Amino acid sequence: MSLTIMKPGLLTTVQDLGRDGYQQQGVIVSGAMDRYALRMANLLTGNTQGMAALEVTMWGPAIQFEQASLVAICGAPFEPRINGRIVPLWRPVWVRAGEILEFGACSSGARAYLAVAGGVDVPLVLGSRSTYLRAQIGGHEGRALLAGDVLPIGEPSSLAASYMANIEPELTASPFTAASWFIGELNRPAYHEEPLVRFVRGREYHQFTEASKEAFSSHRFRVSSQSDRMGYRLEGPEIQMDNRVELLSSAVVFGTVQVPPQGSPIILMADRQTVGGYPRIAQVASVDLPILAQVRPGDWIRFDEITLEEAEQMYTLAEQLMRRLECAIGLYLKQGGL
Amino acid sequence: MREANEKKKGRVAENVEMSVSIQPLGDRALVIDWGGGIAVDTHQRIRAFCTWLNKRQRPEVIEIIPAYTTVTVIYDPMKIIGMQGSYRLSYQLDQDIAHARLSPYQHMKKWMEELLISMEHMDVGESRVVDIPVCYGGEYGPDLELVAAHAGLSVEEVIDLHRNQDYLVHMVGFAPGFPYLGGLSERLEVPRRSTPRASIAPGSVGIGGKQTGVYPISTPGGWNLIGRTPRRLFRPESLTPSLLQMGDIVRFRPITVEQYAEWTEEEL
Repeated sequence: MSLTIMKPGLLTTVQDLGRDGYQQQGVIVSGAMDRYALRMANLLTGNTQGMAALEVTMWGPAIQFEQASLVAICGAPFEPRINGRIVPLWRPVWVRAGEILEFGACSSGARAYLAVAGGVDVPLVLGSRSTYLRAQIGGHEGRALLAGDVLPIGEPSSLAASYMANIEPELTASPFTAASWFIGELNRPAYHEEPLVRFVRGREYHQFTEASKEAFSSHRFRVSSQSDRMGYRLEGPEIQMDNRVELLSSAVVFGTVQVPPQGSPIILMADRQTVGGYPRIAQVASVDLPILAQVRPGDWIRFDEITLEEAEQMYTLAEQLMRRLECAIGLYLKQGGL
Repeated sequence: MREANEKKKGRVAENVEMSVSIQPLGDRALVIDWGGGIAVDTHQRIRAFCTWLNKRQRPEVIEIIPAYTTVTVIYDPMKIIGMQGSYRLSYQLDQDIAHARLSPYQHMKKWMEELLISMEHMDVGESRVVDIPVCYGGEYGPDLELVAAHAGLSVEEVIDLHRNQDYLVHMVGFAPGFPYLGGLSERLEVPRRSTPRASIAPGSVGIGGKQTGVYPISTPGGWNLIGRTPRRLFRPESLTPSLLQMGDIVRFRPITVEQYAEWTEEEL
């Protein structure tokens, strides 16, 4: 079982939930930028949440399926097509053997995830299938996908296999068939060109000037063109400290907002280094990372301060919602109906 | 780094100082900070703490990241909030730390404080000494003469000063397997290059400011390159992908171009 990359798109990589446990050896976490979309795409194909899928960026690839496959696309609306017909997002889609899925460009947001029942079965490197571009490990040969790459697909779960067996006999006449049930809009993050991103204070928050702290929460910041999976550089009011002190390097995490001496903040994203030495003004609440993952260069971001307790509660609620959706998706797949 | 050697088998005997601070790093991590600057003492405490923490494998701990004066603990809040089939928002905690109604951060902080108190007299064990063969100068060390000129030394003196030193691995980061080494002779301090190189070959040994180190993978970099090692510092196929670990002692050993070419990686 495999799929073939016909056109690579701007930056298409294999990603899962990242390479945990090796940061003390300098190995970055990587993994999907938008973990909500990745997890949901996996659940909709009967996979476990953290299986490897394709992360598609801005301008998507064309992909041919060797065999009939159960797939799901979640994230930014790329208007992917098979045979000229738009494939709907956020739901299971059965694709006939030999068909080609073409992504094109996305109208809002920046990234989408294509999960295939069984997962993308590239070799595990240090416990993960995520692509770590700089170290050239993980994913497919440690690099972004190119035309002609053939990716192995794992064995679909028994849930996915029984679902496919149930619906397949009716379907072979059309290139693809999408389920009539899907993840509703209430359960999808609203991608926005000027999202409000909630944050808790960073470790050095108190060392910034009053004016800078005020500006950080009240002004909007533009995401610079020098932004990628490693981090977003922001343009806006200059953020300065009362007294600039040299910090010793220490760990940073997904969503850490650090400020280099020239005063333009950087939000650290999935491919961030393990440690950093710049003062940290803020930490994006985990619950808002999926929204942040979908902004593109040129978009604006506003920051809104919340307390740690609020961030923890929002995260808890979001994870509990995810579990409920997981149960619901499981029931629908089990029932076997389109 | 002579001090480091004497403390190789050191014990962290002092009482837990209450100057140790614990702070959140967002809603899924916390930072334990011993404060102060780069110090062998602090390093020993951090090593001891990491050893202590690693011995108590708990499901909520995703990973720990030691640095010069800090240890960052990444945790899974959902493992702390015992879901147990209920969707209540009250925080249900593990039975063995029965601090009812603590948030995930408060739970972790409390546990870390208990660990800090209980880790008195922790033996950090002996430091491992790792031999790094280096072919100094020539094609592999294009900046060696520049470093010598800047330091007012001969090339031979630079090599002698660089090799006759034990370097302590304070932490690993920046790139996979990249060691932050302490112990560079002050006489070898040379500012970084004004224009960084776009790409530096893996194994390159460099000096940048007060630091010396080895580039494990090809990256851009601004350090002055004085040599290259044939040893691989990053081995993604291994379960310990970094050759060097926090607490190791590094010794550089000069080798010839021929020895460099004939080097074969030892079996692990």
